[in-house]
Amino acid sequence: MGLFIAQLLTGLANAGALFMVASGLSLIFGVTRIVNFAHGSFYMLGAYVGYTLMQVLPGAFGFWGAILLTGIIVGLVGVIVEIVVLRPVYRAPELFQLVATFGVILVIQDLALMIWGPQDLLGPRAPGLKGVVRILGEPVPKYDLALIGITPFVALALWWLIARTRVGILVRAATQDREMVGALGVNQSWLFTGVFFLGCALAGLGGAVQLPKGGADLLMDFNILASIFVVVVIGGMGSLPGAYLAAVLVSVLNVFGVTYLPQSTLVLMFVVMALVLMIRPYGLLGREEVAGDPGQSGEPERPIKPAGARVRLIVAAGIALLALVPLIAPPFATVLVTDILIFCLFAASLHFLLGLGGLVSFGHAAFFGGGAYTAALLVAHADSPMELALLLAPLGAGLLALIIGWICLRLTGVYFAMLTLAFAQLLWSLVYQWGDVTGGDDGLVDIWPPDWASSSTVFFYLALVLCVGGILALRHAAHAPFGYALRAARDSKRQAEATGIDTRAVQWGAFALAGAMAGLAGGLFVFAKGSVFPNELEITRSFDALIVVFLGGVKTLSGGVVGGAVFESVKDVLTRFEYWRLALGLTIIAVVILAPEGIVGSLRRLGERLGLLRAPEDGS
Amino acid sequence: MLDVMQINSFYGKAHVLRDLSLSVTTGQVVALLGRNGAGKTTTLKSIMQLVVPRSGQVRFNGTDITGWPAHRVARAGLGYVPEDRRIFGDLSVLENLEVGRQPPRQGTATWSQDALFDLFPNLAERRRNRGRDLSGGEQQMLSIARTLMGNPSCLLLDEPSEGIAPVIIEDMARAIVQLRDQGLTVLLSEQNLHFARAVSSHAVILDRGTTRYSGSFADLDADPEFRDAWLSV
Ligand SMILES: Nc1ncnc2c1ncn2[C@@H]1O[C@H](COP(=O)(O)OP(=O)(O)OP(=O)(O)O)[C@@H](O)[C@H]1O
Ligand SMILES: [Mg+2]
Repeated sequence: MGLFIAQLLTGLANAGALFMVASGLSLIFGVTRIVNFAHGSFYMLGAYVGYTLMQVLPGAFGFWGAILLTGIIVGLVGVIVEIVVLRPVYRAPELFQLVATFGVILVIQDLALMIWGPQDLLGPRAPGLKGVVRILGEPVPKYDLALIGITPFVALALWWLIARTRVGILVRAATQDREMVGALGVNQSWLFTGVFFLGCALAGLGGAVQLPKGGADLLMDFNILASIFVVVVIGGMGSLPGAYLAAVLVSVLNVFGVTYLPQSTLVLMFVVMALVLMIRPYGLLGREEVAGDPGQSGEPERPIKPAGARVRLIVAAGIALLALVPLIAPPFATVLVTDILIFCLFAASLHFLLGLGGLVSFGHAAFFGGGAYTAALLVAHADSPMELALLLAPLGAGLLALIIGWICLRLTGVYFAMLTLAFAQLLWSLVYQWGDVTGGDDGLVDIWPPDWASSSTVFFYLALVLCVGGILALRHAAHAPFGYALRAARDSKRQAEATGIDTRAVQWGAFALAGAMAGLAGGLFVFAKGSVFPNELEITRSFDALIVVFLGGVKTLSGGVVGGAVFESVKDVLTRFEYWRLALGLTIIAVVILAPEGIVGSLRRLGERLGLLRAPEDGS
Repeated sequence: MLDVMQINSFYGKAHVLRDLSLSVTTGQVVALLGRNGAGKTTTLKSIMQLVVPRSGQVRFNGTDITGWPAHRVARAGLGYVPEDRRIFGDLSVLENLEVGRQPPRQGTATWSQDALFDLFPNLAERRRNRGRDLSGGEQQMLSIARTLMGNPSCLLLDEPSEGIAPVIIEDMARAIVQLRDQGLTVLLSEQNLHFARAVSSHAVILDRGTTRYSGSFADLDADPEFRDAWLSV
């Protein structure tokens, strides 16, 4: 009994920071409709800033003062980010905002590395709250009890702000109808900035408050991201009581999981989420969200036509040129181009889902990694030959996509996006924690192609055939009736259904196809590298693909491929620098703001301006 | 007070208002008439800059407000009541009013919640109810009251009588007349000719995005053939 209560208390204490961070995310989303992916970064920043301040400010007063001050400082950083990065993209589609906030993640990561160095920092103990209290014989840290006491006050203060003040009324009104709030004379820009300040300050507070328990390290941002998504999804987007409830639920479950099911602590959270969503698709206390614009708004999409003779010729010439690479280029270039090919297939599969299907998946790495692990596990445990492994990799990933898609496609918009991310994290946790089978963090190594394909040249041709084949298959599907149905479902679900299209089935099929192609890329990847590690399933992998699709341009069919090629090459160069994340992050932000049509879109526009390409006829 | 000069407004590529002009002088109540789809709503939105005209000018008290953000237009003294009311359903009546509240402005009446409850007694009883629980008529009143909290000098009303029970329409007409008598300038779009006559003396008739008539109801009635050509459904 004592142990049970002690664990319950630990769970409640952990819920404090989680609630603060999650409610910040929820608030920001409610008003600005932006899913702030950088929210974990503000949490991390809170931990670091708090750490520094606690070193400077003495005593108990200094400790708590440092926490409050941290909230304000992180809130102000949030204001800078909002004004510089987000203001230009409020009217842009979700994907832009998402990619922009991802750029912010990278920038903050490297800034933290620059300022605080790579080593983990041990948080200071709270003055006056060191040591433990014995409850029914079990030790409970005093600081935990303090947190349990404080969190309801934070929640109450937040509730009061939202329910009782003019600012809160405006925030709630804006959550429902921003335009009307503007027409009534409220300057929305400042309302947005204010909400962003509040949300980021809460994230910062969360980071600072957990210092005595968790310290500060550079992985905090991604580590908390999945948890806060889970909390927000379980609790219901935009609901503060829901966030509190879910934070408690998740934290308590975690603590009990560690004791009773140590193999599954990470997995447990996702299982609970999946269960909640099956019963209440919009979370415990949430309400149905109106889905935002998933693709690119602004100029209407150009009709996607089957390639003309000239384009076919250019593509064929390009492939022929690629085929010459091993003959004329040095071996390292052959390997690099192989990597690029694989990545292009991965990106093209996401592009298919996103561009044509309008399904913004944040967890596409699940299928890349899924395919990679399918192949690697087959080789490692069943000694299967490469040929069979490469055949089963897309099938395995496709099957996975069928399962995940079945659950995720019940939701739309941000919920869909967050759910896909959560599933990718679930898979990652499975692989990470199930060390006996998957090798855990050590990965699976020594998985090389058989002798006939072991030279980099032969493997290059194998990759060329499979990747080009896969990309052409995706293209083919885009032009088939299936592709039209998919786009119809994206543009207007209701209209599509009225014409007899089963939109859910079409989207499910697309999800599975995209998953299978990503799996094929993953399978090839394993044999190209000779190994696979859990990081192929990480959030960053999913984001790599998203960024590539975005860079290439969502509205253009070749966007995924071109973006993939550019990204892999640039990354190859960039990663040689120490602060490549900073450079990449700033580049991404610049592209979002300056060239929102992506590389292909911008080039095409340039071509039209120079008279090299014909502009589409005006449809008016 | 309000001059719309040759504006052209679009939704994407659809050209909706074509060189539309109209003006409203201080203290007037002007009815904007026209068939479904004539462009009445778009005209009001273009004045409010919720739809920004691609060419032409909107002048308010002599200032060119074209291209201003809507909140600035509102703060200049233009109050907008949308066709679909757009009540904040989760907010109570009092909170809805609070969203509309703006500091007092020189030269216009300053509204308080109590004054608005006098104007719309039905709302007074429902002040703690949530917006979504109100009836259509009550929502319409709330929408007007909410806009009046901004102390506008000119009110843009989009079809105040639409979808409201006849008894309530009479209340609504009385309220608008009361507002006029207090010196408020009103531009309202209407399909209900009877209602329009009851509250206004001037009419502007729109058809396919341009002005067909602008003048008094008396002059309009002098030419019934012309009137019916543009207004009969
Ligand atoms: N959001 C929109 N996108 C595209 N076209 C629109 C949009 N809103 C209105 N239109 C078109 O613009 C024209 C004018 O519409 P508007 O709503 O201004 O007319 P209205 O006179 O207010 O009609 P009603 O009496 O039905 O309210 C119509 O042809 C309508 O179809
Ligand atoms: Mg209308």
